[in-house]
Amino acid sequence: MVPFVRSTHFLSAVGRWTIFQIQEIGRIALFMFRGIVFIFSIPFQIFKTVNQVYFIGMKSVFVICLTGAFTGMVLGLQGYYTLVKFGSEGLLGSAVALSLIRELGPVLTAIMITARAGSAMAAEIGIMRISEQIDALETMDINPIRFLFSPRLLAALISFPLLTAIFDVVGIVGGYLSGSLLLGINPGIFFSRVESSVLMKDVTGGFLKSIVFAAVVATICCFQGYYTHTRAEGFGARGVSLATTSAVVISCVLILITDYILTTFLL
Amino acid sequence: MNAPLIEFKKVYKRFGANQVLNGVDLLIYRGEITTIIGKSGGGKSVLLKHIIGLILPDSGEILFEGRPLSEIKKAEKRAFKKKISYMFQGTALFDSMTVFENIALPLKEKTELKDAEIRERVHNKMSDLDLQDIDDKYPSQLSGGMKKRVALARALVTDPEIVLFDEPTTGLDPIRKNAVHSMISDYQKRFGFTGIAVSHELPDIFYISQRIAMLDEGRIIFQGTPKEIQQTTDPVIREFIQGLETRRDGLTGMVPRPMGEERFKEEMDRLRRFRIAFSLILLTVRNMDEINLKIGHVKGQIVLKNLAEKVKQYMRVTDTCSRYGLNKILIFLSHTNLEQARMFCGKLSDELAQNETMGIGPAPGFCLSISAGFAEVKKENHIEDLIANAELSQNQLSEFRVC
Repeated sequence: MVPFVRSTHFLSAVGRWTIFQIQEIGRIALFMFRGIVFIFSIPFQIFKTVNQVYFIGMKSVFVICLTGAFTGMVLGLQGYYTLVKFGSEGLLGSAVALSLIRELGPVLTAIMITARAGSAMAAEIGIMRISEQIDALETMDINPIRFLFSPRLLAALISFPLLTAIFDVVGIVGGYLSGSLLLGINPGIFFSRVESSVLMKDVTGGFLKSIVFAAVVATICCFQGYYTHTRAEGFGARGVSLATTSAVVISCVLILITDYILTTFLL
Repeated sequence: MNAPLIEFKKVYKRFGANQVLNGVDLLIYRGEITTIIGKSGGGKSVLLKHIIGLILPDSGEILFEGRPLSEIKKAEKRAFKKKISYMFQGTALFDSMTVFENIALPLKEKTELKDAEIRERVHNKMSDLDLQDIDDKYPSQLSGGMKKRVALARALVTDPEIVLFDEPTTGLDPIRKNAVHSMISDYQKRFGFTGIAVSHELPDIFYISQRIAMLDEGRIIFQGTPKEIQQTTDPVIREFIQGLETRRDGLTGMVPRPMGEERFKEEMDRLRRFRIAFSLILLTVRNMDEINLKIGHVKGQIVLKNLAEKVKQYMRVTDTCSRYGLNKILIFLSHTNLEQARMFCGKLSDELAQNETMGIGPAPGFCLSISAGFAEVKKENHIEDLIANAELSQNQLSEFRVC
């Protein structure tokens, strides 16, 4: 009888885990839904949102430029040596531009902002939770989700597409630097290929992705911070560190998964 | 007695294996300050959090104006929350906002006041609590005591009807502690809010509370007036109170009221056995409210402290003086008749007249008014009756302009 008992234990463990995960997804969905609803509740929290746009967006510009430039440059380099084998190095412009605008721009931007601003959101809200500041908001009848999450969500929705655009442009220039200046492709051919191959559909697709990523990153990071205290494996500062870690890891994984799903629909 | 404002009915709460509340029954009346005392870690803060809905009971009901909180509709619940404010034990200040922003937040978010008006109200509260010139500081730059006062200012800035204080004075020095107590009591008189406090400051908290409830092993084992709890014979309660009570009042350096009452009994014994009469004098700073209002609660406490020092200078070894209330000092002069007691006060009055500022320095011109009431004890009598007598016979001891 022992193996049977063990297998029920195993099954019940799997079941418990599955149910917990599904509940968690439900909680996250509700959290996001409430955050979206509170964006539209009056009075609008304009000042707080602008502050967050400054923090998430403005302060990320340098990092985004840096990663964008080097991503574009390495694309130019790799692309050139691949294309030159087929004697079609003239297509480098379209290769760089399309891969940036369709994929790398939105994805890498989202991952960079997750590392920079997402972790900060999780840590900040997590600390507010463990030091009873969120409880204090509730006692003042200030809805903490509205006060803390909605401005961050809206700011992410505004900042992500704009930063993606910067990433794309800087990346294309980076590709031009390595492709044309370094490896000697005619700049005219490079840019005319960029122009002719990129369609409006690609641009809107890329922006759509970045908007979805914004919602995912802001929700996951704020959610992890907000429910720091419910974590079973660590309390206090340890809880906040775990929340921050899982916020970043889950956000990055989800960015790649949603990217795959969105790409299947967009292509 | 009128209907209770908040009522706990058989409230149970368990965290994991720890049964924190084990059937709490508690009544809280409108316009009174109810203090919950009990051992540390006994669930007092948990009890307080149940009132504001931060923690929901496992079973049992909390009634507000006779209606269960769990059945109140959402809109009404919001109205209820608007009336109530909470001061956290760990202050729970927003550490990435300045002191000003912290105090202003409930007004900014929940009212439609203009900026100038918010600024004025915040600054009024700040000066009441002796918190000037720290507008732009962040909570982590303040001392523990200052943080407490900022948290208190934030709790009171909305002029709430019900205020929950979770250890409002723990970690403050005697003057500030008394100033906070005096402020709570003063605001309570002025605005008539209902206060519910968790405190370890015995017996100071007895001066300002109308009701005391003691939580032990998850149950309320006593609720009643401060007088009743001091007279109780229950060994658990007695042991708890005597363990916490200080032998000296921190502010005045005199013995606190319960010990003063003990001394009264000793004097009474002497009277019974040896027929030695004694007198008592009740000194009252009459315009304490005015002082608090015009120059702040801290200054009010300093006046009392200085008065106590003067009194102590004139006392004989056999005399006892004790703090009797927020603004009262009670003196027993053994072997003294009424005439001698009056002479004692005459000397005290001369001394006070010479030392005009009483440690509060140049201030907008108003009079400090200190009065003395006398009673001579010749036969068996209750202390309450004697004090009532003394209150009646009060006459001006000293009144002088501070300027």
